[in-house]
Amino acid sequence: MADTIAFARFEQAVMPHLHAAYNLARWLLRDHHDAEDAVQDAYLRAFRFFDSFDGVDARAWLLAIVRNRCRSVLGQSSRRAEVTEFDEKMHTADDSAPDPESGALRNAEIVSLRTCIDYLPAEYREVVVLRELEQMSYKEISVAVAVPVGTVMSRLARARIRLKDCITARVRGVAR
Amino acid sequence: MTCDAARELISPLLDAELDAAQASEVERHIQTCIACAELQFEYLQLRERVRADAPYYSATEELRAQIDRALRQAASAKERRRAPWGWIALASAAGFAAALVLAFLLGPKMFHSEQAGGDLIAQEVVSSHVRSLMASHLIDVRSSDQHTVKPWFAGKLDFSPKVKDLGPQGYALTGGRLDYLDGRPVAGLVFQRRQHVINLFVWPSTAQSGSRLSTFAITGFNIVHWSEAGLMYWAVSDLNAAELREFAQLYSE
Ligand SMILES: [Zn+2]
Repeated sequence: MADTIAFARFEQAVMPHLHAAYNLARWLLRDHHDAEDAVQDAYLRAFRFFDSFDGVDARAWLLAIVRNRCRSVLGQSSRRAEVTEFDEKMHTADDSAPDPESGALRNAEIVSLRTCIDYLPAEYREVVVLRELEQMSYKEISVAVAVPVGTVMSRLARARIRLKDCITARVRGVAR
Repeated sequence: MTCDAARELISPLLDAELDAAQASEVERHIQTCIACAELQFEYLQLRERVRADAPYYSATEELRAQIDRALRQAASAKERRRAPWGWIALASAAGFAAALVLAFLLGPKMFHSEQAGGDLIAQEVVSSHVRSLMASHLIDVRSSDQHTVKPWFAGKLDFSPKVKDLGPQGYALTGGRLDYLDGRPVAGLVFQRRQHVINLFVWPSTAQSGSRLSTFAITGFNIVHWSEAGLMYWAVSDLNAAELREFAQLYSE
């Protein structure tokens, strides 16, 4: 039956990108449950609009829908979008008294990096995640975040400068 | 090449996103400039660090199972609803997704008053707009001639949208396409204002009387909604609110 075939086609094209979808949602929303809800909602939307998929790049197409869901969740509760209200406790829990002998220093480095990425504005954070963790090209990222390739390029460059500065500041203890 | 120009291009150089000529120009500069060479090294270090240390959050197997269940439910809900309600003709004409959308949106949860539905529709309008900007789905019929675009919809829709070229006023009609919104096939009309694309979605209204322009903003997009002569109009764009409103005013005249 045609519908069964369409369903199978959807599963085959879109389900393999579930980890990418969750990873992006988790970085954007910074919460496990919110991310799961957004991903499930995005999958249902993707299914409903599967015939608008041009068959070229299912990952970028799906991530565009995921990202869209996340942005509207963030828009609804602007509290969460505010970097100033960002809860640093969850990042600093195992961050105290670095001890070079026990690997705690290394652990602190990892927490520090994650905190700096989380501090990036969402439009910088998403391009960093898509570029460095998904290894997507600028063209693919431009589809996923619905901006021109030139904008992807400048956002990534600015995001990297911010990240670099944040990490340097934390090493000096300024951001603690 | 100046330092300022080179600094801009070190990030895309690292991503292998420059063409060969640009890349070799930047590389030549870096060989003679310690400051830029240092910056390149820092970027490289940063990238290694992000790739090694930033967690990749994987989806759980429970989430996969949950989504799979929800999808199957959505698919079979469509099966149950389609036949008894006699939408077979429509579904086979407009394809699988149309039927699915109908079934999905007509679920009990989605019954809504015009008022409460407004936000929900505005969300969908934005999603459709964003989707339309992705490769190769913006336009099905490309024409700046309203007398070409309007007849194109005949036979594809059970209503006839008003099609109006506002090229002389700076909002040029570039074409039209079929889209799916609010649980039904709708007309999508595409206009261009400078580099901004405006999507105008049109479909029959359930309300008897017309309504004046109302304006929304959702995640960076402006939306203007009105209804006239039994049809709803939703204009959406990243164009500024004032100009989008002007467009709607001109269109609804
Ligand atoms: Zn230089």
